[in-house]
Amino acid sequence: MKNFETEVAIIGAGSAGLCAGIQAANAGAKVMIFDENHLPGGQLFKQIHKFFGSREHRAGIRGYEIGKQLLDEVEKSGADVHLNSVVYGIFDGNTLGVVEGDNHYSVKAKKIIIASGGKENYLPFKGSTLPGVMGAGAAQTMVNVNRVLPGKEVIMVGSGNVGLIVSYQLMQAGANVKAIVEAAPSIGGYGVHASKICRAGVPIKVRHTVLEAYGENEVEGAVVAELDENWNVVPGSEQNIACDTICLAVGLNPMSELAYIAGCEMTYIPLLGGHVPMHDENLETTVPGIYVAGDVTGVEEASTAMEEGNLAGISVARALGLINDEEGKEIADNFRNRMLNLRSGAFGEGRRIAKATQVEAFNEFQAKEGAK
Amino acid sequence: MKKTGVVYDGYPSKEELEQSPGFPNTCSLSKGTKAVIECVQNIPCNPCEAACPYGAITIGDNITNLPILDVEKCIGCGNCVAPCPGLAIFTVNMNYSDTEAAIEFPFEYFPLPNKGDIVDAVNRAGEIMCKGTIIGIRSAKVFANTNVIKIAVPKEFADIVRSIKRLPRK
Ligand SMILES: Cc1cc2nc3c(=O)[nH]c(=O)nc-3n(C[C@H](O)[C@H](O)[C@H](O)COP(=O)(O)OP(=O)(O)OC[C@H]3O[C@@H](n4cnc5c(N)ncnc54)[C@H](O)[C@@H]3O)c2cc1C
Ligand code: SF4
Ligand code: SF4
Repeated sequence: MKNFETEVAIIGAGSAGLCAGIQAANAGAKVMIFDENHLPGGQLFKQIHKFFGSREHRAGIRGYEIGKQLLDEVEKSGADVHLNSVVYGIFDGNTLGVVEGDNHYSVKAKKIIIASGGKENYLPFKGSTLPGVMGAGAAQTMVNVNRVLPGKEVIMVGSGNVGLIVSYQLMQAGANVKAIVEAAPSIGGYGVHASKICRAGVPIKVRHTVLEAYGENEVEGAVVAELDENWNVVPGSEQNIACDTICLAVGLNPMSELAYIAGCEMTYIPLLGGHVPMHDENLETTVPGIYVAGDVTGVEEASTAMEEGNLAGISVARALGLINDEEGKEIADNFRNRMLNLRSGAFGEGRRIAKATQVEAFNEFQAKEGAK
Repeated sequence: MKKTGVVYDGYPSKEELEQSPGFPNTCSLSKGTKAVIECVQNIPCNPCEAACPYGAITIGDNITNLPILDVEKCIGCGNCVAPCPGLAIFTVNMNYSDTEAAIEFPFEYFPLPNKGDIVDAVNRAGEIMCKGTIIGIRSAKVFANTNVIKIAVPKEFADIVRSIKRLPRK
């Protein structure tokens, strides 16, 4: 087995990993980025809609265009992107095990940034294993990356931004969305996304759930029912809706297994999607030299993932002594302020508080360790 | 009683719209074509601010502020319609003809209608309200694949019609 050495190794070439790579490489670090897919960009290339955020976060630009811009910058920065490369473990806190195509090698790095993103939650119900029941993210990949329609008549479960956006994109691809079903008493995603679905005549049924998917060998329909205040089914409210596809958009959770294996202390924060690594304000975890950025450390948005990537990239460059500390601190503060700005308003406030708890958990843990 | 509003129905209620600073009142609309911004939640977003060449939209440093429309500055050019990622900006011209108002809205479905077509006009809930005539389709490169369609409808539907029914695929 071959062994390589680098200054910075980054796991994941999504918004967070690419931005981290650009910052670190531009500061002069030798950077290697690994991604298991055959194309870089993570979630970005699936996103054909115009993004939110501020102009600095390339708002108003379609996701895949943002991906292209980042790839250009990565190329200029000199960071080395390895595709078809799965990182299967982190050993001794500084060495990655990598399988790239048919090759197997290890990479020893002075600093590691984990930017592995998130994965979709599942929802079990009667018939939920029938072909035709799938994650909304899977449906989105089929339509926007592989250009295959998963079905013609769709029921979407979940009204968060993912459910709303994927519903819209399925319609753009030519499918009909029969209904969006939401168990909570109100719609989870942005009103503007919900409004464009409504204008297309799709009913958004709040306080409703899917009880069952039925069909002989594949989905032929769903039983949808109303829920009362205590989330119990209202008797007699069951209705059959014919459909050939049921998409689940019931949240994402951080793909934090690698951080856990590496020995990073974790904390459980439901609002961020579940178990997330504790980290300090520079995104360094409890394992010195291992940093985290993006959805892996709390499911948020591409705009925040990019800023976290920027911050992690600058932080490792500072730790490696590649930028003078005064200047480095100023740049880092700027990224932190941009994140605070993104984490405000009705949809961001909760995440700002949750992220602060994550840093607090880190500080408490370190204080306890120090006292030992 | 059933609760109404954008988080329950998916589209803003009359009250939510009237209270939002991007929604011009009837008096301003009588003065000429104006942007109508139907963005009522404090989301982190601000491309509309830069999209207006006349400085008629303000969000400010805090990007979760609601967009504020200065109706005096707005000339109704419609340049802000396509750049809004929420597809939440329209223009309304109350005086397109003696009997008709003209409404511009963003549209991202294929096929596109043709100029002169008579189509089904829908309200915020997607319900067909009346027939309308397509009077313009703009698809500039800077619109990045969002088409801006202009439709003429009877005046009484000016505040109601916000899009058209998707056309069948061939
Ligand atoms: C439908 C949908 C719509 C969205 N719309 C918006 C929007 O409008 N605005 C916005 O700001 N955000 C939006 N987002 C959110 C945004 O896409 C994510 O928050 C963002 O992409 C997270 O970036 P990331 O780099 O953390 O993770 P990802 O983009 O998921 O990238 C992680 C990468 O790491 C790879 N990886 C993971 N583990 C390994 C391993 N062990 N070895 C090798 N590679 C690995 C993965 O395959 C992936 O390519 C949307 C998300 C979805 C699903
Ligand atoms: S319609 Fe034209 S002038 Fe009015 S706000 Fe939009 S871009 Fe500005
Ligand atoms: S660009 Fe559109 S969605 Fe964004 S703040 Fe302006 S009006 Fe709202």
